[in-house]
Amino acid sequence: MKKQTIDTRPAGPKPWYDPRVRSLFFQAIAIALVFWGGWILVDNTLSNMESRGISTGFGFLGETAGFGIIMNLVPYDATMSYGRTFWVGLTNTLLVSAMGVVAATILGFIIGVARLSSNWLVAKMALVYIEVIRNIPLLLQIFFWYFAVLSNLPSPRQSVDVGGALFLNNRGLYLPDPVTQEGFGIVWGGILLAIAAVVGIRIWAKKRQLATGQIFPTFKVGVAILVLVPIISYLVAGRPLEWDLPALRGFNFGGGITIIPELAALWIALSLYTASFIAEIVRSGILSVSKGQTEASKALGLPNGLTLRLVVIPQAMRVIIPPLTSQYLNLVKNSSLATAIGYPDLVAVFMGTTLNQTGQAVEVVAITMAVYLTISLLISLFMNIYNRAVAIKER
Amino acid sequence: MTESTMKAPKKALRPVKWMRENLFSGWFNTVLTLGVAYLLVTSVGPLLNWFFLDANFVGSDPSACTGVGACWLFISQRLNFFIYGFYPDELQWRVDVMFLLLAVSFVPQFIERFPGRKWLGLFGIFGLPIVGYFLIPGGSFGLEEVQSSKWGGLMLTLILAYIGIIASLPIGILLALGRRSEMPIIRGICVVFIEVWRAVPLITVLFMASVMLPLFLPEGVNFEKLARALIGITLWQSAYMAEVIRGGLQAIPRGQYEAADALGLGYWRKMGLVILPQALKMVIPGIVNTFISLFKDTTLVLIIGLFDILGTVQSTVTDPAWQNVAIEGYVFVAFCFWVFCFGISRYSQNLERKLDTGHKT
Repeated sequence: MKKQTIDTRPAGPKPWYDPRVRSLFFQAIAIALVFWGGWILVDNTLSNMESRGISTGFGFLGETAGFGIIMNLVPYDATMSYGRTFWVGLTNTLLVSAMGVVAATILGFIIGVARLSSNWLVAKMALVYIEVIRNIPLLLQIFFWYFAVLSNLPSPRQSVDVGGALFLNNRGLYLPDPVTQEGFGIVWGGILLAIAAVVGIRIWAKKRQLATGQIFPTFKVGVAILVLVPIISYLVAGRPLEWDLPALRGFNFGGGITIIPELAALWIALSLYTASFIAEIVRSGILSVSKGQTEASKALGLPNGLTLRLVVIPQAMRVIIPPLTSQYLNLVKNSSLATAIGYPDLVAVFMGTTLNQTGQAVEVVAITMAVYLTISLLISLFMNIYNRAVAIKER
Repeated sequence: MTESTMKAPKKALRPVKWMRENLFSGWFNTVLTLGVAYLLVTSVGPLLNWFFLDANFVGSDPSACTGVGACWLFISQRLNFFIYGFYPDELQWRVDVMFLLLAVSFVPQFIERFPGRKWLGLFGIFGLPIVGYFLIPGGSFGLEEVQSSKWGGLMLTLILAYIGIIASLPIGILLALGRRSEMPIIRGICVVFIEVWRAVPLITVLFMASVMLPLFLPEGVNFEKLARALIGITLWQSAYMAEVIRGGLQAIPRGQYEAADALGLGYWRKMGLVILPQALKMVIPGIVNTFISLFKDTTLVLIIGLFDILGTVQSTVTDPAWQNVAIEGYVFVAFCFWVFCFGISRYSQNLERKLDTGHKT
């Protein structure tokens, strides 16, 4: 006999108590709010721009800029377009960022290691450096180097002269400029050949070590090849390189490479400031490698140098890389402080002069922000790839 | 010889032993020590001379400075401008009251077992902005109004950093919760907001606030320059704050979330009563650290024409009446920032040690 079943389960939840319905509802509200807010902003902006007679669109990038820029890596003069000023600014930003990253990394690693030195005096000096530098605003440090140090250097006529090739005065640092002559292609070929040879030797040495256990002195041989082959090819090609020396012409120097004081001040301040943060990162990275690792490698009979290179540093790098990335990002972003001392970086040139002349704030600000966003995303992408390569491979 | 009969190690000649171990162990360390010591000795003497022995402290006008050492007279003569900006002299007691309240609510935080220091801290966070809102600009309770364009110096620096951090805290909490939300669209909006602000330099944000904000607002609505800068700083800082708080949210064990669910708490009560109190306590050191970096970054407002402490000094060191006082001015500002930042960072390290109850896994 079939028994009639009565459903005693409570009725399903009311639709407004159902988490899925709620979640859809709230998300719909969020989207509506974002679009509504965005629409109000766009509407306000358009009507404001119309009433102030500001034109829209990116047509201004093709117009003649008409202002000079004190430093340009890509060819530029005042007759070129606003679009060109963007590239000048961008390359200047990238230049000072790259210089800063290199210098800050080297200095930061040295100070970070010094902080852990067994030498009491050295460790304390590193500590004082870190605690002083990182607690003072970067902008103040840039001002200090630019207005208090570099502008107090002697004038061009009394400039500091190093061997007649290197001059330092309050207009900048003047270096000899290498000018490649005909036949320099042979030297480039030699350099490429040397690099290829070193890579080849490294692969062969690793294979041989895996097969036979014998260690080949890759480093010494590699350095020898990298130094000797280009020199030989340089001599073979008949020394195809001349130096363009800076010389005093009238009131100022001409010829050679000039590092303008704005660039120097920004570079010094950025490097010193970021180095103090990198030093702390390096210190905590090295400390994070447990003592047992060092002891184990000693027990295996590895000498101090190899212990450091094969055991400690690879493990420390794992801890160091992520915060190091954000320091690099900070350095790139901080390079925008250039505008305070007039170094023509992206913000100073494009967001400063170009914006003032064209009045097209929305487009200029959007382009500038997009550039920084792209740089940030690219750096974190590369660092993530590297990070994945050095991360612990657990089996 | 058994252990019990062994003599205690000799205590005599301790400094010599210490030096041999820490300064002169091996030829490399010896060279290093001697080199660093030489540099120290040769640089500290002239620096001390410049700072104190040859420096000029007293006098009434620029001619009192000899130019050999530092001219601290410049600082003492202009101190009023460096601290209050253009704030009218006879009304400066209002700023002094705020300084006093600030000190009363935060200095006890450094002293363990100070009675009622928790309440003072809470007053500093919630009460102080309200008092300041009425006291500094004036215009109500019979107080004379002072335009924000007259604010400047150290006072402006503190206002910017303080409001920046207090206002960005609630926005940062909401963004952090949004970023950990299970609703993909809410999460997406928060991620984009946070990452965009974090990727751009503060200068572009300040430029945007001073140039573009007036375009965004409907006609007739206008903010003063200081308010625009504050809006920019707050939005920018809230993205950083969100990431700090997210770190705390992630550190809360899953069991806490599940326990709150099991108790039948809704989302807001789960977060407000169970998760956030634990997470916020955990990230106090992180919040303090973001405060330090914001405090240093407030100097950037001088680029959009506000006179913070660096701005006031920068505008006076070029005064032709005083010759070459740039270094004195910068040293003064550096000292002010260093005292604040170093003190606060020590406090945060202390806190970190105290909050570290060993539960970390």
